[in-house]
Amino acid sequence: MSTNCPECEAEITFEEGTEIGEIIVCPDCGVDLEVTSLDPAAVDLAPMEQEDWGE
Amino acid sequence: MTRVSIIGASGYTGGELLRILNDHPEVEIIQATSRSKLGEYIYQTHPNLRKRTQLKFSDPADLESVDVLFLGLPHKQAQHMIEEYANIASRIVDLSGDFRLRDPKVYERWYGEPHVAPEWLSKFIYGLPELHREDLKTANYVSGVGCNATASNLALLPLVQNNLIDPAARVIIELKVGSSEGGVAGNPGSHHPERANVIRTFSTYGHRHTAEVLQEMGLKDVTLTMTSVDLVRGVLATAHAVLKPGVQNKDLWKAYRGAANDNPFLRVVKEQRGVYRVPEPKILSGSNYADLGFDFDPETGHIVSICAIDNLMKGASGSAVQCMNLMLGLDETTGLGFPGLHPI
Repeated sequence: MSTNCPECEAEITFEEGTEIGEIIVCPDCGVDLEVTSLDPAAVDLAPMEQEDWGE
Repeated sequence: MTRVSIIGASGYTGGELLRILNDHPEVEIIQATSRSKLGEYIYQTHPNLRKRTQLKFSDPADLESVDVLFLGLPHKQAQHMIEEYANIASRIVDLSGDFRLRDPKVYERWYGEPHVAPEWLSKFIYGLPELHREDLKTANYVSGVGCNATASNLALLPLVQNNLIDPAARVIIELKVGSSEGGVAGNPGSHHPERANVIRTFSTYGHRHTAEVLQEMGLKDVTLTMTSVDLVRGVLATAHAVLKPGVQNKDLWKAYRGAANDNPFLRVVKEQRGVYRVPEPKILSGSNYADLGFDFDPETGHIVSICAIDNLMKGASGSAVQCMNLMLGLDETTGLGFPGLHPI
């Protein structure tokens, strides 16, 4: 089962045992993705903590 | 084993060539020349090579025939001797600026005097594998690359190769550079009390490496501005350009990912976590990798493309060895596997 990252279009392949609602990480751009469907495979961007480095 | 020699091996790029080639599994270093260090052990000049080689600097007047000759001479010297060097080796890699530009008139404009061997310019392939890989496989003569030009060209490569930027718009590249770019010879500005802790813009426009970016990227309006920072090794190029209308984040990802997939030493660094979210030269010391990153303003189309390299490696000796590997039909990564250090 595979889909594409909505941020960078990298191919995302679900590992065996992946569940709906699970947060996975895009292997290319590193965004967090929420699994919204298994068949067909689908993901949405998940909110990430913003980092301002204190500057 | 392929027999190689290095002419002008006492400088920083010569030292890096010795470090890489001494551990290269397919080559044997025959001679490393230096007039000023003649008869001295290599490690007395390049102390990291102590206990790694007992080679001594030899006289450039006593060169033996070899398969590949590396030229680590100051600019404007190799062109005077190229005919003699071609009789010593069938393959030459020249690290200086003498054979980087194809057009003699362009050379004269940027180097301030006519080339003394203009008929040789067309025989050389510009030595950046990411741009000329196929030509390098059959080349006998390969030029070096300017370190700042390399950081700039690689920052622009995904955008230009995929036709993503407006060719009519000015491209401005800001470079932060380490002190080893200045070479082994000192000058008043490199004296430690003057050089330490600086953020010194030493070239606002018109640097010679600009010519290599214009030539290799095919752009009309490029400005390089260079600033010395408190590093020994490293270049960070921050390129500002304008995207063509309609270019989206996904198009940029596709372009940068494609460049990284096609080139073993290009990596995309655009992370969402951790400290190293963008390319930084610090972790590339001694490595032949070039790290690329980007970001853009979708409202204005302003793209910022970033490239970090080690100026002595991807910007000089590392690319030179990568070119030699291609010329010899070897895996282009041979001898260049060092990934850098962290922390450093």
